Amino acid sequence: MRKAPIIITAVVAALFVLSWLLKSNGAVVDENSMSAISQGFWITLSAFLTLAVMSFLYQDNPFYKFAEHLYVGVSAAYWMCMGFWTTLVGNLVPRLSEGLSNWFEVPYVGFKPHFIIPLVFGFLLLMRLSPKGGWISRWSLAFIVGTTAGLNLPRFLSSDFISQISATFMPLLVNWQGIGSFFSDFSLSASGQFIGILSNLVVFLGVFCGIIYFFFSKEHKGAFGVASRFGIWILMITFGASFGYTVMGRISLLVGRLTFIMGDWLGLIS
Amino acid sequence: MLKHIIMLVLMVGLMTAVGWAQEEGTATDSVVQQTLAAPPTNVQAFDTPNDNGHSITIEWDISADDGQGLNNVVKYLILRSATPDGQFAEIGAATPGATTFKNSGVKDDEDPNYFPRETDFYYTVSAVTADGGAESEVVGPVRGEGQFFDTRNGPVLVGCLLFTIFTIFFIRKAKSGAKLYIRPLAGIDAVDEAIGRATEMGKPILYILGLGSAADIATIASFTILGRVAKKVAEYQTSLIVPCYDPIVMTVAQETVKTGYYDAGRPDAYNEDDVFFLTNQQFAYVGGVNGIMVRQKPATNFYLGKFYAESLIMAETGSSAGAIQISGTDEVTQIPFFVVACDYTLIGEELYAASAYLGGDPTLLGTLKGQDWAKAGVIISIILGIIAAVTGQTWFTELFHVGN
Repeated sequence: MRKAPIIITAVVAALFVLSWLLKSNGAVVDENSMSAISQGFWITLSAFLTLAVMSFLYQDNPFYKFAEHLYVGVSAAYWMCMGFWTTLVGNLVPRLSEGLSNWFEVPYVGFKPHFIIPLVFGFLLLMRLSPKGGWISRWSLAFIVGTTAGLNLPRFLSSDFISQISATFMPLLVNWQGIGSFFSDFSLSASGQFIGILSNLVVFLGVFCGIIYFFFSKEHKGAFGVASRFGIWILMITFGASFGYTVMGRISLLVGRLTFIMGDWLGLIS
Repeated sequence: MLKHIIMLVLMVGLMTAVGWAQEEGTATDSVVQQTLAAPPTNVQAFDTPNDNGHSITIEWDISADDGQGLNNVVKYLILRSATPDGQFAEIGAATPGATTFKNSGVKDDEDPNYFPRETDFYYTVSAVTADGGAESEVVGPVRGEGQFFDTRNGPVLVGCLLFTIFTIFFIRKAKSGAKLYIRPLAGIDAVDEAIGRATEMGKPILYILGLGSAADIATIASFTILGRVAKKVAEYQTSLIVPCYDPIVMTVAQETVKTGYYDAGRPDAYNEDDVFFLTNQQFAYVGGVNGIMVRQKPATNFYLGKFYAESLIMAETGSSAGAIQISGTDEVTQIPFFVVACDYTLIGEELYAASAYLGGDPTLLGTLKGQDWAKAGVIISIILGIIAAVTGQTWFTELFHVGN
């Protein structure tokens, strides 16, 4: 029973080595061929990891686990290094300590006393590691959450609220010159009067009924309920359109990956 | 012989005349080419309003030869000096026809683009032709000064004030004991049911806070719901897994879950390792979460917070693993994926409202009621705005104009 995984692993390893050799064009080891061998290895590794991740579509398996753990581990380590070298060494140290700047070999830009504040908050956060002093870290958390939420409120009100209200201020009767003119010049052209009026009407009713749907303190019955149901229909139609649009984008990502497998790795397409 | 002499004199005379004419022509051409454009007029330099003080705006009337007259202006150069009779240096250029230029920079004095505020500057604008520039009169001194309040954000201030007044009023009303009706929401009602299901099955609950930072409103709303879920989980003695994308979010989530366990009277059951940092890379995070779903087989998955392209991958995996799924986000492009792959989805503001639903706290209920009144204000504004648009009352639209 335990032979099957060993055989599969051996076959995959053999295929990996075979691919490596083929992608390296069987080059003999000299100064110029080292780059071909290296390139062959990386292309084979990329293809292996791509297939390992795609194998999740069948079921969870050791190759997917390997790819997943490698990806999580490498990315977490990468971000930790980035945080240390760009935030602490890149921004904080050059503004607080000349000695440390010299030690890390980054240019000292002068002492900036206000940079002590983030340093102190950082230390307060690290107090979480102390069993008795863990509560002190709440000061930093309160500052981060409170300050940033407060800063976000005006931005949110401006971009997502007031600007959207003013964008809805549109005349329901576009270029209106009377009912006679409306029928005599009737056209289904996208730039025509009828489509213009219809478009503005849909926007108005959609926004109006959409907001009605998000009333939480009133029972959705009667006319209010009808408007609410119309609102959720509008929302769902919008979500459907958004879904289709985004899926098309995802398919282009899949095409990119398959192009790599078929072209760069297998050489089936140029 | 005489004939030859006359011919010679005539030829010399002709050549001399041609030479003069050529010299004259060259001189005339040279005058035309070296004619400079008329300089820009009415140049004004002033502190840019509604900014942090690190910019000055320069305005001018175009040269008389810009687009008309000699029509030879190729650009305008903006020159600056610290003294009126000092060396003016070029600081920027504007295309023909332009009448304004903003001389701005950053506030960081270490940055090469630093622009000092409260420092006097003098400006001149030069209308440039192929042969040179014609400078306007020097204007100044002018200095950049920061403004405390950006008047363009007046509507935002009014909106904040109105919302605050509504909220305070209804919070006081709720605290005084008034019954505030809240309509049922399927996604909220399912929370307790989903926790109970996990308890019955003896499987863990997976709670995903999304990819937002601790500052995102969706993440803050999710913290409140997490607190409620943690309390229920502690009461039912079920296990809770919270893999986090952001270290700060993880820290807040640990505090939230711990508080939930304390509120339930079971601080001993709290395990800090259940709320952990996974990675800060989007698709590596998805891979890790998917691994948890297929190996630990949680009975219930919550996706509440800020989500991006990873939403469908996680929700599909959770669905195929047979978990009951409750989701909620304010990311409009991701809601469709949650709608198709989850059992219940909180759409946009429903996520914010969920915290009030679950808490039942008068403060949160009052906030919810205040939000509804703000929405009523929005509907009235839209109707008035449409009437104003139909009747051509542009001043009403201007009331809602927010500039940046």
